[in-house]
Order: sequence, then C-alpha cells, then structure tokens
Amino acid sequence: MHEPWWIAIIEALVIVNLVMVTFAYLTWLERKAMGRMQLRYGPNRAGPFGLLQPIADLVKLVRKEAFAPSSAIEAPYIVAPVVSLFTALAAFSVIPFGPGWTIGGRHVNGAVANVSIGLVLIFALGSVGIYGFIVGGWASESKFSILGTMRTCAQLVSYEVSLALSVLGVVILGRSLNLTDIVHRQGAFLPFAAPQFVGLVVFFLAGLAETSRAPFDLPEAEQELVAGYHTEYSGMRWGLFQTAEYVNLITLSGLMVTLFFAGWHGPWHLGPLWFFLKVLAVLFVFIWVRTTLPRLRYDQLMRFGWKILLPVATVNAVVTALCVVAF
Amino acid sequence: MPSTPQPITTLKGFSVTFKQIFKKPITQQYPEYKRPVYPRFRGRHRLWRHENGLEKCVGCSLCAAACPADCIRVVAAENTPDNRVSAGERYARIYEINLSRCIFCGYCELACPFDAITLGNEFEISEYNRDDQIYTKDMLLAEPIKQVPVADPDLYDTPIPFYKSHS
Repeated sequence: MHEPWWIAIIEALVIVNLVMVTFAYLTWLERKAMGRMQLRYGPNRAGPFGLLQPIADLVKLVRKEAFAPSSAIEAPYIVAPVVSLFTALAAFSVIPFGPGWTIGGRHVNGAVANVSIGLVLIFALGSVGIYGFIVGGWASESKFSILGTMRTCAQLVSYEVSLALSVLGVVILGRSLNLTDIVHRQGAFLPFAAPQFVGLVVFFLAGLAETSRAPFDLPEAEQELVAGYHTEYSGMRWGLFQTAEYVNLITLSGLMVTLFFAGWHGPWHLGPLWFFLKVLAVLFVFIWVRTTLPRLRYDQLMRFGWKILLPVATVNAVVTALCVVAF
Repeated sequence: MPSTPQPITTLKGFSVTFKQIFKKPITQQYPEYKRPVYPRFRGRHRLWRHENGLEKCVGCSLCAAACPADCIRVVAAENTPDNRVSAGERYARIYEINLSRCIFCGYCELACPFDAITLGNEFEISEYNRDDQIYTKDMLLAEPIKQVPVADPDLYDTPIPFYKSHS
C-alpha cells in the first residue's frame, strides 16, 4: 500500500492548486455572504456575480509595488511571509479527503502525506507558521507592527494550548494520531461531534482565535492597530500573509471536518465531495460568526482563553479518558 | 424587565444575521441608478446669459475675491459698441474655474451682484487629466454635457424643515 513518489508529487501539485483556488473563492464567498448579511450586494462588478473579483484582486496585488520601510531588516522581512504561506500550505498536506484509491494498479493516498503523526504535524507546522507572523512584524521596525506582533504572539500561543487539548478527546476515542485512521473509526462508529461535543465547541472557539478571525481578531484590529503585524507590508508580500491566513482557516476547517464530522464519510458515497461540502459549511459558519459578533477586549480574550477554554478542554480530555477506561 | 441570558442573546444575533441573507439589499447601484440630487445641491458652476443673449457677468472679480480656495480667475475687458458681450460696462474676457481646487462652498454665487454665476447640480466631474479640470468661460456658459436627475423641488420646499417637525 505504498504510493510511488511521482504520484505523490502530482497529488501535491493538484491539492496545492485546489487549496489556492478554494482560498481565492473563499474571499469572494466571504465578501458576498458578509455583504448579503449586511443588506449589501458584495462584489458584483467583475464578471457575473463578481466571480472574477479574486482574479482582479490577484492581478492588482501582483502589479502593485511592494516597498519596504527603510529601517526594516531586509532578510527576515522578505522571508517572513514566505514562511507563513509555506507552513500553511504544508499543514494541509496531512488532511485526508478520501479513503485512498487504486488507479491503474497503483495506490493513490487519500491525503498528500499519509503520516502516522498527522495531528501532531499539523500543530507543529502551525506553530512554525506563527514565527512568520512574529518575525514579519518585528522586522518591519514599526510601532503598529510590534504591537500587532505582541498581540499575535500572546493570543496564538495561549489559544494553541486549548486547541491541542480539545482534540485530545478525539485522539483517545480514535486511538490514533493518524487522521485517516481517525476518519475510518468515525465511519465505523459515529462522527465524534456527538460524543465530543464539548471538544468540538472548544476546538471551534480556539480555532477562531488561532486563525485570528472575528471576534478574536485583535492582532489586526483595524481601529487600533491599522493592520497588526502586516502594517508595513504591501503588494504580493501582504498578499502572501493574507493567503497564509486564509489557508490556515481552510486547514483548520478541514481538520475540524476530519476530527469531528467524519471527513469524507456520508450517505451516497460521494467521497471527497462530502469532505469539500463539509469544509464549505464550516467555512460559512466562520464567516457567519464574523458578521455577527463584535471584537473582544484584550483582557476578556486572555481571561476567556486561560480561565474558561483551557479548564474546559482539560476536563473534557480527562473525562473522555476515564470513560474510555471505564467502558 | 427580566434580562435574557447572554448565550441566548448571542444566538438571537446569529438568527438576525442569517435572516438578512434573504432580504433584498438596499444598495443603490450607482452608475445604473442615479439618485436624484436635492434642488439646492451645489455641483459644478454655470455662467448665465440674459434673454437677449448678452452675458450677465460684468467681470467685476467679486467672485474671485470671495473664493476661499482661490480657484477663480477673471480677466476683464471693456465692452465696445461693435463688440458688446455683456450688459455692463466691462465683460469677462477670461473666466476660468479650477474645479480641482474648488470646494463647492457657493460663496461665488453669493458674491455675484448680477446672478451671473450659480452652482449647478452636476457632480460627475472627474477627469483623467488635471488640466481638464480647468473650466473655461465657453464650457461654463454651455449646457452641461452630463445631466444629473434632480428631485422635485416641492419635495423639499417646506417652511419648516422635516427634522424639526418630526422631533
């Protein structure tokens, strides 16, 4: 059941491009959905229903001059967005979208990289990705960037703990760190959203903070910080940061679907299509939350993270472990 | 009044935002639909003629003096019997308004003793070139090329402002 290396490369290429297209149209979907929720139309000029808007945005960003502050530290300033985007895209590689197929006598994996510690790898890559944000803001040598970076640091580091603890219950129930195995177990049993509902809620809230989306978008609170750590970035460098953020969001949604909603399983055996539809639904909920809730204050954010989410996640993990041992 | 618990009010908020999706957006699609401007809207200037074809402007430069943005330039010349342009003694040989400087305050209109200059309703005056923003006398005397819909004056011409009678 081993995959030839050249199939893996082709698969990686296809998946990276699919993720990028999903990202492009996620921005469209977000603006459109937010517009409709605020009684506006959203983008509707470029192409029918504004469908060419992401392409227009891309052309605009690529053509825009990317200039840096003269006091910026050149090398880390340029490398930071690349690191962020690379880790964001790499993290998606372990998310399974199908059970794996045999095409023409050759085995094709359901994930780009079917590694046995997939879950740990995602969190590890996510932590490395944070360095991109931190270094980028620091190398900009700007007050707003530094403040945004400090907030990013504090928020992402503290919520990562709850995020990792919230999936512990799933790992205990799934008896594996391999995401494909976890999905298989849910297919035989039932989606872990039911027995791990508390874990799901904690994962969702911590995920909102982890991807710094509203109501936890303090790292880039426009009203106070201009744009947070990427204040001094423009053109496609800024575009890379933005892409990294949205790809992180897609990865998180994919992880949520994989861990709690049985991945590609569903009636009528639609396979990867089920995975995609579920991810879209989760992404819609993220957008929905963004239009509805106002931003938290900083002390509320920290209190919520450490005094509510972390204990709840811990108790959830312990109770799950006790139940598994008892029954 | 008993207060509703926080989680329930938050969920209510979600239902409110979701319901909005099915309502018709209230956006007015601007280039296709032009909202009528109200009759006293201050847009691009007009210069006026008397009914007999003579220009009302006598080149007194009071508008230029009143202009806080200093965007009006008037150079006057004497009317002669064989070249009679305006009704007065002199006329504006050059009359230019730099619309990229104009702040549309309407002081020129107030300063003019002959009602020769008024502010019209046209607001679509963007150009690709700054030089095109300088309007000469011929352009100001002619009918505007782009016409803007104007609301019915009776709609607004009330003795008591709407907000005072409704507060």
